[in-house]
Amino acid sequence: MDPNATLIVQSVTFLVFVALMWRLAWPQILGAMEARQAKIAEGLSAAERGEKALKEASSKSEGELKAARAQAQEIISAANKQSAQLVEKAKADAEAEKARILAAGRSEAEREIAQAKEALRKQVGELAVAGASKILKREIDAKAHADVLSELAAQV
Amino acid sequence: MAASEVQEDSGAYVLHHLTNLRLNLQTMKFDPGYKGFWALDLDSIFFAILLGVIFLFFFIRVARKANAGVPTGIENFIEMCVEFVQGQVKEISPHANSLVAPLGLTIFVWVLLMNVMDILPIDWLPYVGEKVFHLHHLRIVPSTDINVTFGLSLSVFVLIYIFNFAYKGPIGLAKEFATHPFFVKSGPMVVLNVLLIPVNIVLRLVEDIAKPVSLALRLFGNLFAGELIFVLIAVFASNAFDHGVAGFIGFGIGGGLIQLAWAIFHLLVIPLQAFVFMVLTIVYLAGASTSHAEEH
Repeated sequence: MDPNATLIVQSVTFLVFVALMWRLAWPQILGAMEARQAKIAEGLSAAERGEKALKEASSKSEGELKAARAQAQEIISAANKQSAQLVEKAKADAEAEKARILAAGRSEAEREIAQAKEALRKQVGELAVAGASKILKREIDAKAHADVLSELAAQV
Repeated sequence: MAASEVQEDSGAYVLHHLTNLRLNLQTMKFDPGYKGFWALDLDSIFFAILLGVIFLFFFIRVARKANAGVPTGIENFIEMCVEFVQGQVKEISPHANSLVAPLGLTIFVWVLLMNVMDILPIDWLPYVGEKVFHLHHLRIVPSTDINVTFGLSLSVFVLIYIFNFAYKGPIGLAKEFATHPFFVKSGPMVVLNVLLIPVNIVLRLVEDIAKPVSLALRLFGNLFAGELIFVLIAVFASNAFDHGVAGFIGFGIGGGLIQLAWAIFHLLVIPLQAFVFMVLTIVYLAGASTSHAEEH
Protein backbone atom coordinates (compact mmCIF):
# COMPACT_ATOMS: atom_id res chain seq x y z
CA MET A 1 0.00 0.00 0.00
CA ASP A 2 2.99 2.31 -0.32
CA PRO A 3 2.80 4.49 -3.42
CA ASN A 4 6.09 4.80 -5.22
CA ALA A 5 7.58 5.72 -8.57
CA THR A 6 6.12 2.58 -10.16
CA LEU A 7 3.00 4.70 -10.46
CA ILE A 8 4.74 7.16 -12.77
CA VAL A 9 6.26 4.41 -14.89
CA GLN A 10 2.86 2.73 -15.17
CA SER A 11 1.14 6.01 -16.18
CA VAL A 12 3.70 6.79 -18.85
CA THR A 13 3.62 3.23 -20.19
CA PHE A 14 -0.16 3.34 -20.28
CA LEU A 15 -0.25 6.60 -22.21
CA VAL A 16 2.33 5.26 -24.68
CA PHE A 17 0.28 2.10 -25.19
CA VAL A 18 -2.89 4.13 -25.70
CA ALA A 19 -1.12 6.34 -28.23
CA LEU A 20 0.15 3.31 -30.14
CA MET A 21 -3.27 1.72 -30.10
CA TRP A 22 -4.90 4.98 -31.14
CA ARG A 23 -2.58 5.60 -34.07
CA LEU A 24 -1.27 2.23 -35.25
CA ALA A 25 -3.98 -0.31 -34.59
CA TRP A 26 -7.47 1.06 -34.02
CA PRO A 27 -8.11 3.03 -37.26
CA GLN A 28 -6.70 0.30 -39.49
CA ILE A 29 -8.70 -2.50 -37.86
CA LEU A 30 -11.90 -0.45 -37.73
CA GLY A 31 -11.38 0.69 -41.32
CA ALA A 32 -10.93 -2.87 -42.50
CA MET A 33 -14.04 -3.92 -40.61
CA GLU A 34 -16.10 -1.11 -42.08
CA ALA A 35 -14.79 -1.85 -45.57
CA ARG A 36 -15.72 -5.49 -45.11
CA GLN A 37 -19.18 -4.51 -43.93
CA ALA A 38 -19.66 -2.35 -47.01
CA LYS A 39 -18.36 -5.16 -49.20
CA ILE A 40 -20.74 -7.68 -47.67
CA ALA A 41 -23.69 -5.30 -48.02
CA GLU A 42 -22.73 -4.68 -51.63
CA GLY A 43 -22.38 -8.41 -52.25
CA LEU A 44 -25.78 -9.09 -50.74
CA SER A 45 -27.47 -6.41 -52.80
CA ALA A 46 -25.64 -7.67 -55.91
CA ALA A 47 -26.88 -11.18 -55.19
CA GLU A 48 -30.40 -9.84 -54.81
CA ARG A 49 -30.12 -7.96 -58.07
CA GLY A 50 -28.71 -11.05 -59.76
CA GLU A 51 -31.56 -13.15 -58.48
CA LYS A 52 -34.07 -10.61 -59.77
CA ALA A 53 -32.34 -10.49 -63.16
CA LEU A 54 -32.30 -14.27 -63.30
CA LYS A 55 -36.03 -14.37 -62.58
CA GLU A 56 -36.69 -11.79 -65.26
CA ALA A 57 -34.49 -13.56 -67.78
CA SER A 58 -36.06 -16.92 -67.09
CA SER A 59 -39.56 -15.54 -67.50
CA LYS A 60 -38.47 -13.79 -70.68
CA SER A 61 -36.84 -16.91 -72.06
CA GLU A 62 -39.97 -18.87 -71.25
CA GLY A 63 -42.03 -16.41 -73.31
CA GLU A 64 -39.57 -16.54 -76.16
CA LEU A 65 -39.61 -20.31 -76.06
CA LYS A 66 -43.39 -20.30 -76.23
CA ALA A 67 -43.35 -17.95 -79.20
CA ALA A 68 -40.70 -20.02 -80.94
CA ARG A 69 -42.71 -23.16 -80.34
CA ALA A 70 -45.83 -21.53 -81.82
CA GLN A 71 -43.82 -20.34 -84.79
CA ALA A 72 -42.35 -23.77 -85.32
CA GLN A 73 -45.85 -25.22 -85.21
CA GLU A 74 -46.94 -22.70 -87.82
CA ILE A 75 -43.98 -23.49 -90.05
CA ILE A 76 -44.62 -27.19 -89.75
CA SER A 77 -48.29 -26.85 -90.65
CA ALA A 78 -47.41 -24.57 -93.58
CA ALA A 79 -44.85 -27.07 -94.79
CA ASN A 80 -47.37 -29.86 -94.46
CA LYS A 81 -49.84 -27.85 -96.48
CA GLN A 82 -47.26 -27.06 -99.10
CA SER A 83 -46.13 -30.64 -99.40
CA ALA A 84 -49.71 -31.78 -99.77
CA GLN A 85 -50.16 -29.18 -102.47
CA LEU A 86 -46.98 -30.35 -104.19
CA VAL A 87 -48.14 -33.93 -104.09
CA GLU A 88 -51.48 -32.91 -105.50
CA LYS A 89 -49.83 -30.91 -108.25
CA ALA A 90 -47.46 -33.75 -109.09
CA LYS A 91 -50.39 -36.12 -109.23
CA ALA A 92 -52.26 -33.78 -111.56
CA ASP A 93 -49.17 -33.31 -113.72
CA ALA A 94 -48.64 -37.02 -113.89
CA GLU A 95 -52.26 -37.53 -114.88
CA ALA A 96 -51.96 -34.92 -117.60
CA GLU A 97 -48.71 -36.44 -118.86
CA LYS A 98 -50.29 -39.84 -118.86
CA ALA A 99 -53.22 -38.54 -120.89
CA ARG A 100 -50.88 -36.77 -123.30
CA ILE A 101 -48.73 -39.85 -123.77
CA LEU A 102 -51.78 -41.99 -124.27
CA ALA A 103 -53.20 -39.57 -126.81
CA ALA A 104 -49.88 -39.34 -128.63
CA GLY A 105 -49.64 -43.13 -128.68
CA ARG A 106 -53.13 -43.45 -129.96
CA SER A 107 -52.67 -40.90 -132.75
CA GLU A 108 -49.38 -42.54 -133.74
CA ALA A 109 -51.04 -45.88 -133.92
CA GLU A 110 -53.87 -44.40 -136.00
CA ARG A 111 -51.38 -42.72 -138.29
CA GLU A 112 -49.49 -45.97 -138.74
CA ILE A 113 -52.68 -47.82 -139.40
CA ALA A 114 -53.60 -45.25 -142.00
CA GLN A 115 -50.15 -45.47 -143.54
CA ALA A 116 -50.34 -49.25 -143.58
CA LYS A 117 -53.81 -49.05 -145.20
CA GLU A 118 -52.47 -46.61 -147.78
CA ALA A 119 -49.53 -48.85 -148.52
CA LEU A 120 -51.76 -51.88 -148.72
CA ARG A 121 -54.16 -50.04 -150.98
CA LYS A 122 -51.30 -49.09 -153.26
CA GLN A 123 -49.99 -52.56 -153.28
CA VAL A 124 -53.46 -53.97 -153.97
CA GLY A 125 -53.80 -51.53 -156.88
CA GLU A 126 -50.49 -52.50 -158.25
CA LEU A 127 -51.26 -56.12 -157.72
CA ALA A 128 -54.56 -55.63 -159.43
CA VAL A 129 -52.90 -53.85 -162.36
CA ALA A 130 -50.20 -56.45 -162.50
CA GLY A 131 -52.80 -59.20 -162.38
CA ALA A 132 -54.98 -57.53 -164.99
CA SER A 133 -51.99 -56.79 -167.23
CA LYS A 134 -50.98 -60.36 -166.96
CA ILE A 135 -54.45 -61.39 -167.82
CA LEU A 136 -54.94 -58.96 -170.61
CA LYS A 137 -51.36 -59.17 -171.83
CA ARG A 138 -50.64 -56.43 -174.05
CA GLU A 139 -54.21 -55.38 -174.58
CA ILE A 140 -54.10 -52.83 -172.00
CA ASP A 141 -51.63 -49.96 -172.11
CA ALA A 142 -50.61 -49.14 -168.60
CA LYS A 143 -50.16 -45.61 -169.55
CA ALA A 144 -53.48 -45.20 -171.24
CA HIS A 145 -55.37 -46.73 -168.43
CA ALA A 146 -53.46 -45.24 -165.54
CA ASP A 147 -56.28 -42.95 -164.45
CA VAL A 148 -58.68 -45.88 -164.48
CA LEU A 149 -56.26 -47.89 -162.41
CA SER A 150 -55.69 -45.16 -159.87
CA GLU A 151 -59.42 -44.68 -159.56
CA LEU A 152 -59.67 -48.36 -158.84
CA ALA A 153 -56.92 -48.20 -156.33
CA ALA A 154 -58.69 -45.33 -154.63
CA GLN A 155 -61.83 -47.36 -154.39
CA VAL A 156 -60.01 -50.26 -152.72
CA MET B 1 6.86 -24.55 19.81
CA ALA B 2 6.29 -26.57 16.71
CA ALA B 3 2.91 -25.00 16.13
CA SER B 4 4.22 -21.46 16.42
CA GLU B 5 7.07 -22.36 14.07
CA VAL B 6 4.60 -23.57 11.49
CA GLN B 7 2.60 -20.40 12.02
CA GLU B 8 5.67 -18.30 11.51
CA ASP B 9 6.49 -20.21 8.35
CA SER B 10 2.99 -19.66 7.05
CA GLY B 11 3.17 -15.98 7.88
CA ALA B 12 6.51 -15.65 6.15
CA TYR B 13 5.18 -17.53 3.14
CA VAL B 14 2.16 -15.23 2.82
CA LEU B 15 4.28 -12.12 3.28
CA HIS B 16 6.82 -13.40 0.81
CA HIS B 17 4.09 -13.72 -1.79
CA LEU B 18 2.81 -10.24 -1.13
CA THR B 19 6.17 -8.48 -1.32
CA ASN B 20 7.33 -6.80 -4.49
CA LEU B 21 10.78 -6.94 -5.96
CA ARG B 22 11.40 -3.33 -5.03
CA LEU B 23 14.37 -1.31 -6.24
CA ASN B 24 15.31 1.64 -4.09
CA LEU B 25 16.18 4.40 -6.55
CA GLN B 26 18.29 6.34 -4.00
CA THR B 27 20.61 3.48 -3.15
CA MET B 28 20.03 1.49 -6.39
CA LYS B 29 19.67 -1.70 -4.33
CA PHE B 30 16.85 -4.19 -3.93
CA ASP B 31 15.02 -3.19 -0.81
CA PRO B 32 11.64 -4.94 -0.47
CA GLY B 33 10.93 -3.24 2.83
CA TYR B 34 11.45 0.32 1.55
CA LYS B 35 8.39 2.50 2.07
CA GLY B 36 9.47 5.75 0.39
CA PHE B 37 8.29 7.10 -2.92
CA TRP B 38 11.49 6.81 -4.96
CA ALA B 39 11.41 3.11 -5.57
CA LEU B 40 10.34 0.87 -8.43
CA ASP B 41 8.45 -2.41 -8.20
CA LEU B 42 10.45 -4.07 -10.93
CA ASP B 43 8.32 -7.23 -11.05
CA SER B 44 5.07 -5.30 -11.59
CA ILE B 45 6.67 -3.07 -14.19
CA PHE B 46 8.24 -6.00 -16.01
CA PHE B 47 5.07 -8.07 -16.24
CA ALA B 48 2.84 -5.09 -17.03
CA ILE B 49 5.07 -3.96 -19.89
CA LEU B 50 5.59 -7.54 -21.10
CA LEU B 51 1.83 -8.14 -21.30
CA GLY B 52 1.24 -4.75 -22.90
CA VAL B 53 3.90 -5.37 -25.51
CA ILE B 54 2.45 -8.80 -26.27
CA PHE B 55 -1.05 -7.54 -26.93
CA LEU B 56 0.09 -4.44 -28.78
CA PHE B 57 2.30 -6.63 -30.96
CA PHE B 58 -0.69 -8.71 -31.98
CA PHE B 59 -2.97 -5.72 -32.47
CA ILE B 60 -0.50 -3.79 -34.58
CA ARG B 61 0.42 -6.86 -36.61
CA VAL B 62 -3.26 -7.51 -37.37
CA ALA B 63 -3.78 -3.80 -38.13
CA ARG B 64 -0.94 -3.90 -40.66
CA LYS B 65 -2.49 -6.81 -42.48
CA ALA B 66 -6.11 -5.72 -42.00
CA ASN B 67 -8.15 -5.79 -45.17
CA ALA B 68 -11.73 -6.25 -46.23
CA GLY B 69 -11.16 -9.91 -47.08
CA VAL B 70 -12.14 -12.93 -45.05
CA PRO B 71 -10.63 -12.57 -41.55
CA THR B 72 -8.65 -15.51 -40.19
CA GLY B 73 -7.41 -16.80 -36.85
CA ILE B 74 -6.18 -14.10 -34.49
CA GLU B 75 -7.69 -11.39 -36.70
CA ASN B 76 -11.15 -12.71 -35.84
CA PHE B 77 -10.43 -12.51 -32.13
CA ILE B 78 -8.96 -9.02 -32.30
CA GLU B 79 -11.81 -7.73 -34.44
CA MET B 80 -14.21 -9.22 -31.92
CA CYS B 81 -12.50 -7.21 -29.14
CA VAL B 82 -12.55 -4.05 -31.26
CA GLU B 83 -16.21 -4.50 -32.09
CA PHE B 84 -17.07 -5.17 -28.45
CA VAL B 85 -15.37 -1.99 -27.22
CA GLN B 86 -16.70 0.06 -30.14
CA GLY B 87 -20.21 -1.16 -29.28
CA GLN B 88 -19.78 -0.16 -25.63
CA VAL B 89 -18.53 3.31 -26.58
CA LYS B 90 -21.31 3.85 -29.11
CA GLU B 91 -23.88 2.78 -26.54
CA ILE B 92 -22.56 5.08 -23.83
CA SER B 93 -21.73 8.08 -25.98
CA PRO B 94 -22.40 8.02 -29.73
CA HIS B 95 -20.30 11.11 -30.48
CA ALA B 96 -17.31 10.38 -28.26
CA ASN B 97 -13.83 11.58 -29.12
CA SER B 98 -11.92 9.15 -31.36
CA LEU B 99 -9.45 8.56 -28.53
CA VAL B 100 -12.04 7.08 -26.17
CA ALA B 101 -12.59 3.74 -27.89
CA PRO B 102 -8.91 2.82 -28.43
CA LEU B 103 -8.23 3.93 -24.86
CA GLY B 104 -11.04 1.70 -23.59
CA LEU B 105 -9.73 -1.20 -25.64
CA THR B 106 -6.20 -0.71 -24.30
CA ILE B 107 -7.48 -0.63 -20.72
CA PHE B 108 -9.71 -3.66 -21.20
CA VAL B 109 -7.12 -5.91 -22.84
CA TRP B 110 -4.25 -4.81 -20.66
CA VAL B 111 -6.11 -5.11 -17.36
CA LEU B 112 -7.57 -8.42 -18.50
CA LEU B 113 -4.11 -9.83 -19.26
CA MET B 114 -2.68 -8.51 -15.99
CA ASN B 115 -5.57 -10.11 -14.10
CA VAL B 116 -5.18 -13.40 -15.96
CA MET B 117 -1.69 -13.74 -14.47
CA ASP B 118 -3.55 -14.52 -11.24
CA ILE B 119 -4.63 -17.87 -12.67
CA LEU B 120 -1.03 -19.07 -13.00
CA PRO B 121 -0.20 -21.24 -9.98
CA ILE B 122 1.22 -18.82 -7.45
CA ASP B 123 4.53 -20.57 -6.87
CA TRP B 124 5.63 -21.36 -10.42
CA LEU B 125 7.18 -18.12 -11.55
CA PRO B 126 8.49 -17.07 -8.10
CA TYR B 127 10.19 -20.49 -7.87
CA VAL B 128 11.79 -20.07 -11.29
CA GLY B 129 12.80 -16.52 -10.35
CA GLU B 130 14.38 -17.73 -7.12
CA LYS B 131 16.26 -20.67 -8.62
CA VAL B 132 17.26 -19.25 -12.01
CA PHE B 133 17.54 -15.50 -11.51
CA HIS B 134 18.16 -15.41 -7.72
CA LEU B 135 15.29 -13.01 -7.16
CA HIS B 136 14.04 -13.29 -3.60
CA HIS B 137 10.69 -11.72 -4.31
CA LEU B 138 8.52 -11.87 -7.39
CA ARG B 139 4.87 -10.84 -7.74
CA ILE B 140 3.59 -11.75 -11.14
CA VAL B 141 0.14 -10.10 -11.04
CA PRO B 142 0.69 -6.39 -11.76
CA SER B 143 -2.92 -5.48 -10.94
CA THR B 144 -2.40 -6.56 -7.32
CA ASP B 145 0.09 -3.71 -7.02
CA ILE B 146 -1.65 -0.51 -5.92
CA ASN B 147 0.91 1.54 -7.87
CA VAL B 148 -0.13 -0.11 -11.13
CA THR B 149 -3.86 0.42 -10.62
CA PHE B 150 -3.32 4.00 -9.47
CA GLY B 151 -1.04 4.57 -12.44
CA LEU B 152 -3.88 3.63 -14.74
CA SER B 153 -6.59 5.54 -12.91
CA LEU B 154 -4.54 8.71 -12.49
CA SER B 155 -3.82 8.71 -16.23
CA VAL B 156 -7.55 8.43 -16.80
CA PHE B 157 -8.09 11.28 -14.31
CA VAL B 158 -5.65 13.50 -16.18
CA LEU B 159 -7.38 12.65 -19.46
CA ILE B 160 -10.77 13.49 -17.92
CA TYR B 161 -9.47 16.98 -17.12
CA ILE B 162 -7.86 17.38 -20.53
CA PHE B 163 -11.20 16.50 -22.10
CA ASN B 164 -13.04 18.85 -19.74
CA PHE B 165 -10.81 21.75 -20.72
CA ALA B 166 -10.83 20.89 -24.41
CA TYR B 167 -14.60 20.57 -24.71
CA LYS B 168 -15.86 23.14 -22.23
CA GLY B 169 -13.02 25.61 -21.89
CA PRO B 170 -11.90 26.99 -18.52
CA ILE B 171 -14.97 29.21 -18.23
CA GLY B 172 -17.44 26.46 -19.05
CA LEU B 173 -15.74 24.15 -16.61
CA ALA B 174 -15.75 26.79 -13.88
CA LYS B 175 -19.44 27.41 -14.53
CA GLU B 176 -20.12 23.70 -14.28
CA PHE B 177 -18.18 23.51 -11.03
CA ALA B 178 -20.12 26.39 -9.57
CA THR B 179 -23.65 25.70 -10.77
CA HIS B 180 -24.03 21.96 -10.79
CA PRO B 181 -26.08 20.30 -9.36
CA PHE B 182 -27.74 23.05 -7.24
CA PHE B 183 -28.62 26.33 -8.89
CA VAL B 184 -31.52 28.78 -8.71
CA LYS B 185 -32.11 30.19 -12.17
CA SER B 186 -34.44 33.07 -11.42
CA GLY B 187 -36.84 34.54 -8.93
CA PRO B 188 -36.32 36.13 -5.52
CA MET B 189 -34.33 33.09 -4.31
CA VAL B 190 -31.37 33.88 -6.62
CA VAL B 191 -29.57 35.19 -3.56
CA LEU B 192 -29.33 31.59 -2.34
CA ASN B 193 -26.79 30.89 -5.08
CA VAL B 194 -24.12 32.53 -2.98
CA LEU B 195 -24.58 29.68 -0.53
CA LEU B 196 -25.06 27.01 -3.17
CA ILE B 197 -21.89 27.69 -5.15
CA PRO B 198 -19.46 26.52 -2.41
CA VAL B 199 -21.60 23.44 -1.87
CA ASN B 200 -21.48 22.69 -5.58
CA ILE B 201 -17.71 23.09 -5.71
CA VAL B 202 -17.15 20.80 -2.74
CA LEU B 203 -19.50 18.19 -4.18
CA ARG B 204 -17.79 18.34 -7.54
CA LEU B 205 -14.33 18.01 -6.00
CA VAL B 206 -15.37 14.98 -4.00
CA GLU B 207 -17.03 13.47 -7.07
CA ASP B 208 -13.98 13.97 -9.27
CA ILE B 209 -11.44 12.78 -6.72
CA ALA B 210 -13.56 9.72 -6.04
CA LYS B 211 -13.27 8.70 -9.69
CA PRO B 212 -9.61 7.67 -9.86
CA VAL B 213 -9.60 6.45 -6.27
CA SER B 214 -12.57 4.15 -6.78
CA LEU B 215 -11.23 2.90 -10.12
CA ALA B 216 -7.84 2.02 -8.67
CA LEU B 217 -9.02 0.61 -5.35
CA ARG B 218 -11.77 -1.51 -6.92
CA LEU B 219 -9.35 -3.27 -9.25
CA PHE B 220 -6.62 -3.53 -6.65
CA GLY B 221 -8.97 -4.81 -3.95
CA ASN B 222 -10.54 -7.50 -6.06
CA LEU B 223 -7.30 -8.84 -7.43
CA PHE B 224 -5.36 -8.52 -4.20
CA ALA B 225 -8.06 -10.40 -2.32
CA GLY B 226 -8.13 -13.07 -4.98
CA GLU B 227 -4.39 -13.52 -4.83
CA LEU B 228 -4.38 -13.57 -1.05
CA ILE B 229 -6.93 -16.37 -1.06
CA PHE B 230 -4.80 -18.34 -3.53
CA VAL B 231 -1.87 -17.90 -1.15
CA LEU B 232 -3.93 -19.00 1.87
CA ILE B 233 -5.19 -22.09 0.04
CA ALA B 234 -1.57 -22.86 -0.85
CA VAL B 235 -0.65 -22.57 2.85
CA PHE B 236 -3.46 -24.97 3.67
CA ALA B 237 -2.28 -27.44 1.01
CA SER B 238 1.33 -27.19 2.20
CA ASN B 239 0.40 -29.36 5.20
CA ALA B 240 0.05 -32.32 2.81
CA PHE B 241 3.39 -33.96 3.64
CA ASP B 242 3.27 -33.62 7.43
CA HIS B 243 0.26 -35.76 8.35
CA GLY B 244 0.61 -39.12 6.66
CA VAL B 245 -1.68 -40.56 4.03
CA ALA B 246 -4.84 -39.01 5.43
CA GLY B 247 -3.11 -35.63 5.57
CA PHE B 248 -1.90 -36.04 2.01
CA ILE B 249 -5.41 -36.78 0.76
CA GLY B 250 -7.07 -34.15 2.93
CA PHE B 251 -4.65 -31.28 2.52
CA GLY B 252 -3.05 -32.10 -0.81
CA ILE B 253 -5.96 -33.22 -2.93
CA GLY B 254 -8.49 -31.17 -0.95
CA GLY B 255 -6.30 -28.10 -1.26
CA GLY B 256 -5.89 -28.71 -4.97
CA LEU B 257 -9.64 -28.93 -5.42
CA ILE B 258 -10.16 -25.72 -3.46
CA GLN B 259 -7.53 -24.00 -5.61
CA LEU B 260 -9.38 -25.20 -8.70
CA ALA B 261 -12.75 -24.02 -7.39
CA TRP B 262 -11.34 -20.61 -6.45
CA ALA B 263 -9.62 -20.31 -9.84
CA ILE B 264 -12.89 -21.04 -11.60
CA PHE B 265 -14.70 -18.46 -9.52
CA HIS B 266 -11.87 -16.04 -10.12
CA LEU B 267 -12.33 -16.49 -13.87
CA LEU B 268 -15.53 -14.48 -13.41
CA VAL B 269 -13.83 -11.73 -11.45
CA ILE B 270 -10.96 -11.30 -13.92
CA PRO B 271 -12.90 -10.18 -17.00
CA LEU B 272 -15.52 -8.42 -14.86
CA GLN B 273 -12.95 -6.13 -13.25
CA ALA B 274 -11.34 -5.39 -16.62
CA PHE B 275 -14.78 -4.63 -18.06
CA VAL B 276 -15.81 -2.41 -15.14
CA PHE B 277 -12.58 -0.43 -15.38
CA MET B 278 -13.10 0.06 -19.11
CA VAL B 279 -16.78 1.01 -18.91
CA LEU B 280 -16.25 3.49 -16.09
CA THR B 281 -13.36 5.07 -17.99
CA ILE B 282 -15.57 5.45 -21.06
CA VAL B 283 -18.39 6.91 -18.96
CA TYR B 284 -16.07 9.41 -17.27
CA LEU B 285 -14.48 10.51 -20.54
CA ALA B 286 -17.84 10.75 -22.28
CA GLY B 287 -19.13 12.86 -19.37
CA ALA B 288 -16.10 15.12 -19.64
CA SER B 289 -16.79 15.73 -23.32
CA THR B 290 -20.47 16.64 -22.91
CA SER B 291 -21.37 19.76 -21.02
CA HIS B 292 -24.23 19.74 -18.56
CA ALA B 293 -25.48 23.01 -19.98
CA GLU B 294 -26.12 21.35 -23.33
CA GLU B 295 -28.17 18.63 -21.72
CA HIS B 296 -30.59 21.11 -20.19
